[in-house]
Amino acid sequence: MPLLNAKVQADVRKALEGMTTPVKLVMFTQAAQALECEMCAETRALVEEVAALAPADKLTVEVKDFLVDTAAVETYKIDKIPAIAIVGAKDYGIRFYGIPAGYEFSSLMDDIVTVSKGESGLAPATKAAVAKINQPVHIQVFTTPT
Amino acid sequence: MLEATEFPHLANKYEVFGVPLTVVNETIRVEGAVPEPMFVNELLKVLDGQTK
Repeated sequence: MPLLNAKVQADVRKALEGMTTPVKLVMFTQAAQALECEMCAETRALVEEVAALAPADKLTVEVKDFLVDTAAVETYKIDKIPAIAIVGAKDYGIRFYGIPAGYEFSSLMDDIVTVSKGESGLAPATKAAVAKINQPVHIQVFTTPT
Repeated sequence: MLEATEFPHLANKYEVFGVPLTVVNETIRVEGAVPEPMFVNELLKVLDGQTK
């Protein structure tokens, strides 16, 4: 049974119409394990359903095994699963850890479209301010599914 | 984005009592959804040595 009902599927299709350039979702799970962790399995099913609703060739899913695909784990600096890296023309460092359910599902859609466009939509003043940052910055946003 | 209930050790480490909670470079904490300019002000603290 699909995770997304017909109404949500329609909403996702509409949201992803805004995509311009291809995006890949690099999904980290433990696919090679006999028992895929519960939220990993659900998250993987979710991103696969979402990708199927995007305009043709715009959104792909690469499934990686957290324990086996160590090169990818290192490339994307993944330290826990389930994890989704949203990668477009470049890797903007956007990661989702845990299932993007509830409000975070909208965040995932927004982030996919933002990465596809390569444009953050931030105010000019914000862009000017953050341009001054000359060191790596780690931003963690904690949420709960609501 | 981190789903706090799936990573209780991190929720515990960063003392997540309400969401959203944003943690920048381990030390800057921003609670709730704040307007963009306010978040930028917090973010820029990474520049003036207010964080480790």
